[in-house]
Amino acid sequence: MTTVASESTSERSESTWQTLRRGLALSPELRTGLAGTLALALVAMVGRAAVPVAIQQGIDRGLRAPGGPDLGVVGVVVAATAAVLVVTTMCGYLMMRRLFTVSETALAGVRVRAFRHVHDLSTLHQQAERRGSLVSRVTSDVDQITQFLQWGGVILLINLGQVVVTTVVMTVYSWQLTLVVFAAFVPAVAVIRIFQKRLAGAYGVVRVRLGAMLAAVSETVVGASVIRAYGVSGRTAARLDETIDAQRRAQQRAIRTSVVSFSTGEIAAGLALAGVVVLGVKLGVDGTLGIGEITAFLFLVTMFIQPVQIATEVLNEAQNAVAGWRRVLDVLDMTPDVADPGERGVDLPPGPIDLCFSEVTFSYPGGPPVLVDVNVDIPPKTRVAVVGETGSGKTTFAKLLTRLMDPSAGTVLLSGVPLDQVRFGSLRSRVVMVPQDGFLFDSTVAENVRFGRPELTDEELAVAFVDLGLGDWVDGLPAGLATPVGERGEALSVGERQLVALARAYVADPDLLVLDEATSAVDPATEVRLQRTLDAVTRGRTTVAIAHRLSTAQAADEVIVVDRGRIVQRGPHEELVNDPESVYGLLFASWLEQTR
Amino acid sequence: MAGKTSRDVLIRGIRVLGHAVREEPRIFAVAVGGSVLYHLLIIGSAYVVGAVVGEVVVPALESGQADTRAVVLSAVALVAVSLGRVLGMFGRRLGAGFMQYRLQASYRRRITRRYLELPLSWHQRHATGTLLSNANSDVEAAWFPIAPLPFAVGTLVMLVVAMGSLLVTDWVLALVGVAIFPALFALNVVYSRRMAPRQARAQQMRAQVSAIAHESFDGALVVKTMGQEARETNRFAAQAGELRDALISVGRLRGVFDPMLETLPSLGTVAVLLVGAVRLSQGAVTITELVSVAFLFTVLAFPVRAIGWVLAELPRSVAGWDRLQAVLTATGEMAYGNTTLDPQDGRPATLVFDRVSFGYPVAEPAPATAPAEPGLSTEPEAAARPVGVPERAEVPEPAGPVPVLHDVSFTVPAGRTVALVGPTGSGKSTIVSLAVRLVDPDAGSVTVDGVDVRSLTAASLAGTSALVAQVPFVFDDTIRANVTLDREGITDDDVWAALRLAEADGFVAVLPDGLDTLVGERGAALSGGQRQRLTLARALAGRPRLLVLDDATSAVDPRVEAAILAALRGDRSTPSDATGTAGAGELPPGASILVVAYRRATIALADEVVYVEHGRVVGRGTHATLLGSTPGYAALVTAYERAEAERERERAYEEPAPGTPAIRQGEEVDA
Repeated sequence: MTTVASESTSERSESTWQTLRRGLALSPELRTGLAGTLALALVAMVGRAAVPVAIQQGIDRGLRAPGGPDLGVVGVVVAATAAVLVVTTMCGYLMMRRLFTVSETALAGVRVRAFRHVHDLSTLHQQAERRGSLVSRVTSDVDQITQFLQWGGVILLINLGQVVVTTVVMTVYSWQLTLVVFAAFVPAVAVIRIFQKRLAGAYGVVRVRLGAMLAAVSETVVGASVIRAYGVSGRTAARLDETIDAQRRAQQRAIRTSVVSFSTGEIAAGLALAGVVVLGVKLGVDGTLGIGEITAFLFLVTMFIQPVQIATEVLNEAQNAVAGWRRVLDVLDMTPDVADPGERGVDLPPGPIDLCFSEVTFSYPGGPPVLVDVNVDIPPKTRVAVVGETGSGKTTFAKLLTRLMDPSAGTVLLSGVPLDQVRFGSLRSRVVMVPQDGFLFDSTVAENVRFGRPELTDEELAVAFVDLGLGDWVDGLPAGLATPVGERGEALSVGERQLVALARAYVADPDLLVLDEATSAVDPATEVRLQRTLDAVTRGRTTVAIAHRLSTAQAADEVIVVDRGRIVQRGPHEELVNDPESVYGLLFASWLEQTR
Repeated sequence: MAGKTSRDVLIRGIRVLGHAVREEPRIFAVAVGGSVLYHLLIIGSAYVVGAVVGEVVVPALESGQADTRAVVLSAVALVAVSLGRVLGMFGRRLGAGFMQYRLQASYRRRITRRYLELPLSWHQRHATGTLLSNANSDVEAAWFPIAPLPFAVGTLVMLVVAMGSLLVTDWVLALVGVAIFPALFALNVVYSRRMAPRQARAQQMRAQVSAIAHESFDGALVVKTMGQEARETNRFAAQAGELRDALISVGRLRGVFDPMLETLPSLGTVAVLLVGAVRLSQGAVTITELVSVAFLFTVLAFPVRAIGWVLAELPRSVAGWDRLQAVLTATGEMAYGNTTLDPQDGRPATLVFDRVSFGYPVAEPAPATAPAEPGLSTEPEAAARPVGVPERAEVPEPAGPVPVLHDVSFTVPAGRTVALVGPTGSGKSTIVSLAVRLVDPDAGSVTVDGVDVRSLTAASLAGTSALVAQVPFVFDDTIRANVTLDREGITDDDVWAALRLAEADGFVAVLPDGLDTLVGERGAALSGGQRQRLTLARALAGRPRLLVLDDATSAVDPRVEAAILAALRGDRSTPSDATGTAGAGELPPGASILVVAYRRATIALADEVVYVEHGRVVGRGTHATLLGSTPGYAALVTAYERAEAERERERAYEEPAPGTPAIRQGEEVDA
């Protein structure tokens, strides 16, 4: 909804040239050997003018030579033209070869940079964009640029060159007739440009409708079980049809505009030909022009029309390509608001990590504060549980702690170092968070667990599962560690996915482990077992567990109770539970009621 | 061998085009009519130009005075030809475009209809990305040649006419045409054949790049929290590099053929000049005819390439068409029966599982239809794995379904609540799917009110039972639409009542547009707990007679869950259903409940507990009975108490315990 609106406005805010300049600045590789490529293109273009010149020479000097047709002259003209054509063909080959190599190499670089940049953006930015639209930044948008550079760009270049060459030849033959041709084409080009603008808008609508249709299809596929369980396939089908037809209508509107735009060139060509005949005959009668020249002119007009028409078409593509390029550049220009300090940063001091929140406040852009004035110190090697109701801000606490987001005010310190000064290399290897939704990649259990530590052997992974008390579970899988987990891990149950995600974090061997409801879908017996084994294996490290199962709180050294964005209580479970009227007291009473 | 295969592709491609023509014959006729007009006028223009030069320009220059009428006539003829071509172009372009878009829309509709008809088991076998590209890029690929098709047909007509007129003009000049046009055609054919496998490979690489980007961005949080951005980038860069190489190889081929295709007609024109000069000196042709033929070669060059475009797109079109057919002809839809259950005034239904066994079919590693050509395996999702992350892992032996449930039998009597308890991965979610017929059992039966669920109509099934899944799925729509799903007879009052019962009324009430608030893609604007309560409300709003909850309150805080359960229980225990049907805005009448649960509170509400382990029912009975009889069950449900007790014991031994953080702040204490 809002993303669509902002996308279309940003498309209009910058001129085509600005985008191209930005694009070239970002891919200097595109300039590699540009002069040579252009020179080759120029030679290739000259070939286009060879035929009309040959006709003119052949007619005027050969066929209509004073002493009757002179076949020798015609033979020389034909041989020379054939030689020119062979040379220009080879130049054409060399030019395309260079162009393809340079543009593909440059844009593969852009693709990879944009990909990396998306990962460098903060989770806030990542979530603000539709997943599909981020993917198109590194796929179809870049494809559009290369397609344009190679198909459209070459054609545009050659054709514009042809227009120039043709104009020069025409002017040499007769400036008067050239003026006639221009009189027909200049207004046509103006009209075409107007339609071009409309066309850009029409294609913008096509893209938006396509996005909406794909979203509807993906909802149908991903939500298949809900649609089936509620018997609402009729409603879903109606929605699908609506988006499919909306896209078709947008396409049809666009092509209508494009046809009108294209026919303008055709009409101009007819008028130009007619004008050339009328004026040409008059000039010929006056003795200014020969028959060969007039004939060549009729050829030249055709050679002038074709490139103008083709360039018109290509300009349509160019609009799309420039829009695509702009979207890629916009992603690259988005400054990650949670940036790696890189060289300027420091590493976390070795050893167990302590953490400190100092006057930390956080709110989402334009939203009310989620955390307010949070001050908390957690000494090293402590096991802390953070509890609170849904929406109290406990997940935000975890995200600030792992620097997935930066606080709006205040500072988070790890081992005394302000978090925004810690290099990511150090931070991500020492501090690992297990999110509630344990996303798994579409490979095996083993590959997922060694995600952070590719060097681990299967034996080491097996040992890790045994350490966590999950050896039996792995053995029960159809192919053990080699069991495929399916797309997003969906071949495993939700609880099983959490087990794999936990193992993945455990083998990463962090000094600060942050668990964000990481075992919420695991059965109590397994959870309790996991908790004990985790306690054992993380002894000597700091753990922060966001939990709504208060069993976690009971087992922790200290409990931090968050309520409406503030820390309202802290201390060991035994202490906090003594005040039955407190937030924690009430939560715990409810918990007992649930579990006993 | 390769030649034979491409001929097959050619024939099949033409057949696919035949389908298209049969589906949209009228629009196709308009497009081809326009195209033929356009192309004939191209030839016409050559002759008009020839005539103008020969009949008007030459006499005028030779006589030294212009025949005004002839000059005006020439001008009018040239403009008329242009207008005729514009007319033809309108017909062709609009016709071709409309035909292509209509076919795309029509096949997208058919494909998505199949998605809705095919069973969940079919969906589970196919990757989301594959299904998306079936509806998107495969439809596009299948109908891509439609756009240049009318143009190509017109070109063919034009070629025939051009050759005929050449023969009429002069048989020697026609020989030049006989040499050039077939050569041009042959060059085009060779070009498309050699291009097809390269294009296919590029397409495949493109799909793989896209698959990696999709997965990597989907797992962005994991990538970030594990600091694996560089590794993911390398994985992507490797694939992007392969794509680059594939595209460069496409480009090299183009570099060879494109200039040749351009030069050939030009060579033809100069050949005409040479041959024409000889014939002119022999007096066999006039200068008019010579100019016409030379002009013809110039204007014919470009359109002939349209045939090449169609040929080049055919292999892609065939591959796309095959994948569409794989979906359209997929079988195994779970046909609904035609029995309708008596709604019994909304009184609770009885659910019976009778010796049910079930195994999940193994995911299909390849598309159902093999690609037409060895080099054309363009299945987008296959082989999209990078180095280090292996391919969608090899299907483990045995190839048959992986058994999940064995001989599961239990009953949820009308109006009763049965809790389904079992360790992680024991098959609970599968039982739930069977209960609402998302999947069908391999053996045994599931019945509601004594009727096998397989014989129920879709409406009766959906009207009787409701499932709240473990992972809530929310549509990109308003709150209201998410609750009602456009089911009939659910008023706003009902929606609010359901939201109230699901404890979702609070957060909905403060949303900017209330029930009309859009929740975003997958409910992105809501928290996990809110999404779960919304889906709970969705189930309640339909007043199901059988409610199936798959650990549906796991993302909800204990207090909220307690409230929801109390409401459900309180509602069910009130004798409201005895006094009559609940009015609008009232809580729904009671339902039989099958609930997957870990929490004791939930279990406590159940009249009976079914305990499963490794896909088998290990124990059935009340909580108290199972505690005594089934050790696995006891271990599971008393886990927290035992853990607490153990901690107490440890604390007693370890006293003094490691100081509480509050008092040891800042100082180092070793455990």
